[in-house]
Amino acid sequence: MNLSQLTEALELDVIAGDTADKVWHGVYAGDLLSRAMSHVKLDNLWITIMSNANVIAVASLTEACAVILAEGVELLPEALDAAVDNGITVLSSKRTVNELCIAIHEAAGK
Amino acid sequence: MAENIRFHFDVDGENFTSAGEASVAVKKKLRQLGFPPDVIRKVSIAMYEGEINMVIHADGGTADVEVTDDEIVIILADHGPGIPNVEMAMQEGFSTARDNIRALGFGAGMGLPNMKKYTDEMNIDTEVGVGTTITMKVYL
Repeated sequence: MNLSQLTEALELDVIAGDTADKVWHGVYAGDLLSRAMSHVKLDNLWITIMSNANVIAVASLTEACAVILAEGVELLPEALDAAVDNGITVLSSKRTVNELCIAIHEAAGK
Repeated sequence: MAENIRFHFDVDGENFTSAGEASVAVKKKLRQLGFPPDVIRKVSIAMYEGEINMVIHADGGTADVEVTDDEIVIILADHGPGIPNVEMAMQEGFSTARDNIRALGFGAGMGLPNMKKYTDEMNIDTEVGVGTTITMKVYL
């Protein structure tokens, strides 16, 4: 399942970047940036409730496939600018982190 | 390689929004130079953590990266308060970051441990009241 299929299946909002032709492998969920820095792997989906510009820097450095903001968190303006500048895909959902993890797991299994 | 490649950055101590810019810039340069992804990842993580530390604790500083034939050397220098107890600071989870910093997602106490974990050599030269210079090497 590629990113645009997942975005559609989970009705995620696209906040920045695009989902076309992007393939994701694996998921990391967490909010502490040093932990994320260490554990987000290439092409992972990173689920977090943090929404500042530093999230974009970590996503860029770890080469995450996309950031998914949980619980309807809104990306701060400077973070949105950074996401656009660095070509980082940011998605958003009203679901909690746990609900997103389960939904992604179920969607990927279909 | 005929001549070593060098990058220099001034790290702004008051700007959390731009923190990480030097690391992102180095990552792009290393990718352009064709280094393998694992090397780029190691350098990126170690440098980002160091950059953030300089912003949180030392009001900024300088970051210098030198690429030689057999290693990438990262030197982070600041004139901050210094580290009173390096052994304690190296423990995972130990942090002196303030609450407002933690609210941004920092202060997990993983900065220095990550820097050591992702580099092949790390040396901390610090003096309380004078500053800190951290030299890290990633072998090629």
